[in-house]
Amino acid sequence: MSLDWSIFCRSTTGNTQLAGCLGQNGELSYLQWLLSAWGWTATVALLGFIIALVIGVVIGTLRTLQSTSGLSPWVSRFAVAWVELFRDVPLLVQVFLWYHVAPFFLPSLKSLPSWLLVSIALGLFTSARIAEQVRAGIQSLPRGQRDAARALGLREVQVYRRVILPVALRIMMPALTSEAMSIVKNSSVAFVVAVAELTQFAMQAQEETARGIEIYLAVTLLYALTAFAVNRVLAFIESRVQVPGVGALARQGA
Amino acid sequence: MALLGSMLGSSGLVLADTLQKIASSGRITLGYRESSVPFSYLAGPRQPIGFGVDIYTHLIPALKRATGRTDLEVNWQALTSQNRIPLIANGTVDLECGSTSNTAARAKTVAFAINYFYTGPKLLVKQTSGVKDFEDLAGKTVAVTTGTTTMKLLRKLDLERSMNMQLLSGKDHADSFLLVDAGRAVAFAMDDILLYGQILNAKQPAQWQVVGTPPQVEPYACMLRKDDPAFKRVVDGVIADLMRSGEFERIYAKWFLSPIPPRGRSLNLPMNEALRDNLRKLSDQPAS
Repeated sequence: MSLDWSIFCRSTTGNTQLAGCLGQNGELSYLQWLLSAWGWTATVALLGFIIALVIGVVIGTLRTLQSTSGLSPWVSRFAVAWVELFRDVPLLVQVFLWYHVAPFFLPSLKSLPSWLLVSIALGLFTSARIAEQVRAGIQSLPRGQRDAARALGLREVQVYRRVILPVALRIMMPALTSEAMSIVKNSSVAFVVAVAELTQFAMQAQEETARGIEIYLAVTLLYALTAFAVNRVLAFIESRVQVPGVGALARQGA
Repeated sequence: MALLGSMLGSSGLVLADTLQKIASSGRITLGYRESSVPFSYLAGPRQPIGFGVDIYTHLIPALKRATGRTDLEVNWQALTSQNRIPLIANGTVDLECGSTSNTAARAKTVAFAINYFYTGPKLLVKQTSGVKDFEDLAGKTVAVTTGTTTMKLLRKLDLERSMNMQLLSGKDHADSFLLVDAGRAVAFAMDDILLYGQILNAKQPAQWQVVGTPPQVEPYACMLRKDDPAFKRVVDGVIADLMRSGEFERIYAKWFLSPIPPRGRSLNLPMNEALRDNLRKLSDQPAS
């Protein structure tokens, strides 16, 4: 059994090999389809991560509010409920809920494209995980930081905005990197709700070409490359925002 | 020698004489599917029924005559889409009459008896959709199941006729059906027999219809080992006799035009032109 990589230059609508691996006038090669599928994987993952990051930071922060902050204790209870809700239900089930069950109660959701629904599902699922990391980051700070900020006369919002969050978010960068890489891989669940991403491409193309090994190898490589690229980007950001003496890098002595 | 034969049989280097194997062992292993309605499916635990199983029923007496084993015993082996070809090729199963397409690609590994059913892609739509044929799908969203050749066919149609269709991929047939039921797609494109099967299981069968002219048809046939002319002659002989005598049409009517288990509903799928032609031609060739 030898590998035959020429299938990636074959037309997806006929049995001809395409010159230069690219089709003309709407005809596509399997390579072009693979790249378009990669684009969908990246889109869903990126959008999901943005949603997760924004909501995760807010919910994680709310979970750490002290009773002295003057906010209703229901705010913090809501944050706890949020985390448990999205953390206790399997991701695949959540995707189905958003796609099949939610539109039953909110018919307007039906008009949303499936890639957006999957991004929301992925984003909310991951937001619960990021919220916990934000909470861990905040609670890892010495109490003195908060007390000192309060002693300076800062209001609760200012304490978080100026003192706690800038340090806590730096501390949680390694965990955040891990989440960002996970969401790339978790985006593969999108295939169950008709998003033409990498996993869906693999399942369909291997059936059409009878070249499953080459197809799955290529898809595996693209997932790994994407996750690794995310890792490098976030490692770069981590090193750029580093404050001397603060955060994970500082503790390693870097 | 017999020991050597059985060792070879289980290792993939198959002794291609099935009749001899049946004569010496007194057993034949027949493949069945668990849910290929109405071709081959389970009515109760380990009790396969269906159109293909009825063909087996007619085949057994002929095999007893051909091998001289009046005590012939039948072993049943469940098959799936994924393992059916390897298990026939390596000798685990001797014959499979189910919903297997007779294709040129498969003919490199296995052989096929006379084609006994023809299916082609059609469209499952709601009665109210207004879609009558493939050309009505221009600019519309169409559901199709991942891992089927129908998806490629639709892409080709889309390109050739510049139809600007949106393809939505269901993860299995039930999921594709759900996409249309939920209004996310106007039609579910798939081999017609599978679409009729979906209507059979629908909550409100009257709400649905199958429409369209198939751009191509594909034959189903019983699958057996390659390069085994003696066995193939017996199987083909039985099917040809059924077709000539009119018995085949009776079996067809039993499974495609009458209420069948488990729900007691009928598929209502009249015999198509391609199959009617083959009752005379008796072809075992794949679709061109």
